[in-house]
Amino acid sequence: MEYVIILISAILVNNIVLAQFLGICPFLGVSTKTETAVGMGASVLFVMTLATIVTFLVQQYVLTPLNLEFLQTISFILIIAALVQMLEIILKKVSPALYQALGIYLPLITTNCAVLGVAILVIKKNFNLAESVVFTAATALGFAMALIIFSGIREQLALANIPKGMQGIPIALVTAGILALAFMGFAGLV
Amino acid sequence: MNQFNNLSKGLLRENPILVLLLGTCPTLAVTSSAINGLGMGLATTFVLFMSNVFISVVKDFVPDKVRIPAFVVVIASFVTIVDLLMQAYTPALSNQLGIFIPLIVVNCIVLGRAEAFACKNNIFSSFIDGLGMGLGFTLALVTIGSIREMLGTGSIFGHKFIAEGADGILVFILAPGAFITLGFLIAILKKINKSS
Amino acid sequence: MAKKESTFKNMTIALFVITAVAGFFMAAVYSVTKEPIAISQKAKINNAIKMVVPEFETITDTVLMPEDGTDSIRIHRLLKGTENSGVAVETYTDKGFSGRFTLMVGFTPEGSISSIEVLEHKETPGLGTKMALPAFKDQFKGLKIADLPDGKLKVKKDGGSIDAITAATISSRAFCDAVNRAHQTHRKGEKQ
Repeated sequence: MEYVIILISAILVNNIVLAQFLGICPFLGVSTKTETAVGMGASVLFVMTLATIVTFLVQQYVLTPLNLEFLQTISFILIIAALVQMLEIILKKVSPALYQALGIYLPLITTNCAVLGVAILVIKKNFNLAESVVFTAATALGFAMALIIFSGIREQLALANIPKGMQGIPIALVTAGILALAFMGFAGLV
Repeated sequence: MNQFNNLSKGLLRENPILVLLLGTCPTLAVTSSAINGLGMGLATTFVLFMSNVFISVVKDFVPDKVRIPAFVVVIASFVTIVDLLMQAYTPALSNQLGIFIPLIVVNCIVLGRAEAFACKNNIFSSFIDGLGMGLGFTLALVTIGSIREMLGTGSIFGHKFIAEGADGILVFILAPGAFITLGFLIAILKKINKSS
Repeated sequence: MAKKESTFKNMTIALFVITAVAGFFMAAVYSVTKEPIAISQKAKINNAIKMVVPEFETITDTVLMPEDGTDSIRIHRLLKGTENSGVAVETYTDKGFSGRFTLMVGFTPEGSISSIEVLEHKETPGLGTKMALPAFKDQFKGLKIADLPDGKLKVKKDGGSIDAITAATISSRAFCDAVNRAHQTHRKGEKQ
């Protein structure tokens, strides 16, 4: 039951992009086509879950016992950066097909604040390992969902007749605002 | 390049948020009031110009291939320092900004300026550049924060100017208002930059 | 100074030196700020205790696990001389609109609520944040939870007596949840 609540709350109620404002850069950057949105969503799901597991273990078994919590930021960002880099190398060797599909998104993920954000949030929320994994996967799914919905809207938007000053980013932001408004309707769910 | 130009470009022409569209996450998240925007802006400015200066000092000493990891270490250290200082001396603000202080690390502005400017220019120019960009960032955050606070709660920097008991247009301090305000602000700035 | 080449030796030395310098500075700032951080956190708790139970001289802390909840709750027993002047309970709820928020609830020696302070929250500005205003939280003053029907605080929508904040029923409900948890844990502590 608890896992279901974590799942619903992370995907719909506290959607990472539309309610928590993490990962806006890729949300605006790679959402012009649905196809790329799917690729980015999948890569984030993969990296975020893996990164959170590693950072969680590092926090639990290295930083907390040694009383070095203040090194959290620096160690997490280094772990994420190294992980992404390693993943890129391994994928290239082991599964060229997957690398073809996700490869170009991987470097972008290091600077996706959602990944570092979730790693820190998990620690702040005092989750255990299983809860962390569920929360992270759900958050990433929420990210992918928001991204895919948004890219669908933007594909339509590209054909619409928009006042000149509002073209491009401004209209995208206003659209995201309306989408966020729609997501607020989920608030009473949990 | 003239130093004044260097400082002022961050404010309008190359404003990191409104023109270059960098660092949108903290922009949207912490601007529910003007004072939060100011706090976040100043924290980022500090990190930005400290890391800019530091990186331009060590740029010759760092081999090209490990440039990025080295920069990340420098930036993350300054962020940790700001985080600790804020927890110690401005606990209320640090509480409000929460997770977005450590997230300055992944704010694209900071690494972006290190890459694009500090690692190619001398210490003084880098210092000015960091300061200008930081102030531009702060200016944008305070503007967005003020607009949202005024429309959303009818107050500015915490001083209420509408009748006691009256409410503002709440949606502006909620998530959707952040997106919409930024959208219109960018459209307006596009217009200004084009006509000048 | 010429640009260093990317040899293995140069890369290792550069990264090592930078990390060492960074580590040194962070450790220095950490040791300088450690005390002020601890003091400011302690001051915050002490201020909140003073707000909810105005008169006391000494504090003894106990930590107890609530009957339904994920984390333990800290109970501050307050004495004036040898006389009991009430307790202040640091309680929480996970049912807030944006997750967890924490409250400090004061109880008189007779067991009724003396006052409530909001410690930390992430509720929606302009809606849920109204829970910190007297208009909402003062309706709890003087209530004795044990005497209420069901022995629990509830908002009017759920058949209770608390007026919820307009458009923020979730926050109001969560507020009641936190106060109920404080009450339960406080009583559990008294029985021991």
